[in-house]
Amino acid sequence: MSDPLYDPLVWLILLPLAWATLAFVLGPGHGAWPAIAGLTAQWGLAFDLAQKVGSGGAANHVVGGWGAPLGIDLAVDGLSAAMLLLTQTVALPLAIYARSYFKSDDPAGTWFWPLTGFLIAGLNALFVSVDLFNLYVTLELVGLAAVGLVAAGGGAQQVAAALRYLFATLVGSGAYLLGVALIYGAYGTVSIATLLPLVTNDSPRLVWIAGGLMVAGLMLKTALFPFHFWLPPAHGGAPAPVSALLSALVVKASFYLILRLWLGPLQTVLPAFAWLLALLGAAAIFWGSWQAIRAVKLKRLIAYSTVAQLGYLFLIFPLLAAHGALQAGVMQIFAHGLAKAGMFAAAGVLIKATGQDTVAGLAGAVERLPVTMFAFGLAGMTLMGLPPSSGFLAKWLIIEAALAHGHWIIAVVVLAGGLLAAVYVLRVLRQAFLLTPASATLTPVPRMLEWSAFALAAASVLLGLRGVELMQLLGAMA
Amino acid sequence: MSTGFVFALAGAALFALGVAGVVLIGHLLRRILAFNLMGSGAFLVLVGLAQRQDVADPVPQAMVLTGIVVAVAATALALALVRKLHALTGQLELPDDVDE
Repeated sequence: MSDPLYDPLVWLILLPLAWATLAFVLGPGHGAWPAIAGLTAQWGLAFDLAQKVGSGGAANHVVGGWGAPLGIDLAVDGLSAAMLLLTQTVALPLAIYARSYFKSDDPAGTWFWPLTGFLIAGLNALFVSVDLFNLYVTLELVGLAAVGLVAAGGGAQQVAAALRYLFATLVGSGAYLLGVALIYGAYGTVSIATLLPLVTNDSPRLVWIAGGLMVAGLMLKTALFPFHFWLPPAHGGAPAPVSALLSALVVKASFYLILRLWLGPLQTVLPAFAWLLALLGAAAIFWGSWQAIRAVKLKRLIAYSTVAQLGYLFLIFPLLAAHGALQAGVMQIFAHGLAKAGMFAAAGVLIKATGQDTVAGLAGAVERLPVTMFAFGLAGMTLMGLPPSSGFLAKWLIIEAALAHGHWIIAVVVLAGGLLAAVYVLRVLRQAFLLTPASATLTPVPRMLEWSAFALAAASVLLGLRGVELMQLLGAMA
Repeated sequence: MSTGFVFALAGAALFALGVAGVVLIGHLLRRILAFNLMGSGAFLVLVGLAQRQDVADPVPQAMVLTGIVVAVAATALALALVRKLHALTGQLELPDDVDE
């Protein structure tokens, strides 16, 4: 840590930028191997960093030797270390998956590698930023790269989905930027650490407006009900590896930022909105699940499931004062991130094999693609919250915190959401267990696709058995 | 009322106009223009509010420069996508989203 050249913090941002640029220089469709090598190294760095932070060390870095306010400071605590670890853990198997998914002549994969690299660099930079303005810049980097990935398919529906997503994400970050402007106007700083005592001492009405604007903008970017309109077409229409990256990681980035503001500088202001967010979260669970139950297309179903699962994250806000609510939220981020990446990856295999994207067309899939359907089932287990999956642990922790506070209504919502998830997951599984119609032909798919989807889904279940380490990591930040 | 505060008020008004434009207008080019209006509004608030006794503060000016770069990149991406959509469908409005 003393030598800035070997600081893992910096390399977590530089490495993806490097392999993204290399992939761009190599040309259309190239760059899979540098990406996989880079991500492997990044995973090692993130793991190392998490261990260091977990055992009580903190990590920070002053970019270029220029300190705040003119320079940029980077720092890592338990929450950011956990998010960094999740990002690399999800991205690495997805990179292996995408290498087999995009054939060399597939137009959808033309710029997948550079865009993914810039996306990961943006995410990593976001998780280590400690001032509100730098967070805005990284948020935009993530948003623009994600829009590019959605449009990569090239069809009219995909371009339209990308534009809809672009406008939503720009309005969201615009509102966030206006909030930052108001906060700078009130206090003359954007550093999270400096703001904390200032806002706690004195918060004029301007800061309330700023807090409202920032949270509203980030809600739009997180696709919280009723701002979810852009998510199903964008996540449902993109190629499977892109959908997986977006659902697992990108929407979590803006949620992370809400959490960061809530626990940090705006902790005296934002709790006034706690029940509003929880109410919208509950509405998201019911509306998203209902739409998933009705969806015709498989990937639409999974995208609406993301809308529902994001709802759980917002249920923790009225409980954040209690011990364990933050842990519950982060466990849900991990559970959903791994499970949804696995589920979209499995859906990609099913679509490639059956040649179409409807739930009805899955008849006979269990017989022909047992590994993929097993992966889908494992991911579904996590979404439903069955033990011993990490989804079970997350929901258990939310219910425990809710009951400790006497807010039993939140516990009821969590249980009802689990039942609704069971309906849409079992709807897919039931169809897959039907006997194969005589006419159906399956295209053979590479083994690697099936097994990388399986690895992600299995990780989401197995994390339930290793939850203690994650809790300890978060404990290090308190 | 200081000059800075007038700038900030004008910025807030521009921002509101811009958001209304992005949300309400169907024509995609106009929506992109509206987004730029919104961004300029936020920049004006950032620079205007930070002026104390009409002395300019360099930090928000540096931020606005960064913000302009981001806005230009976003505008370029939006224009490229609109051109692509126009080439594919001949339309300059977003088609309805259907799950079929």
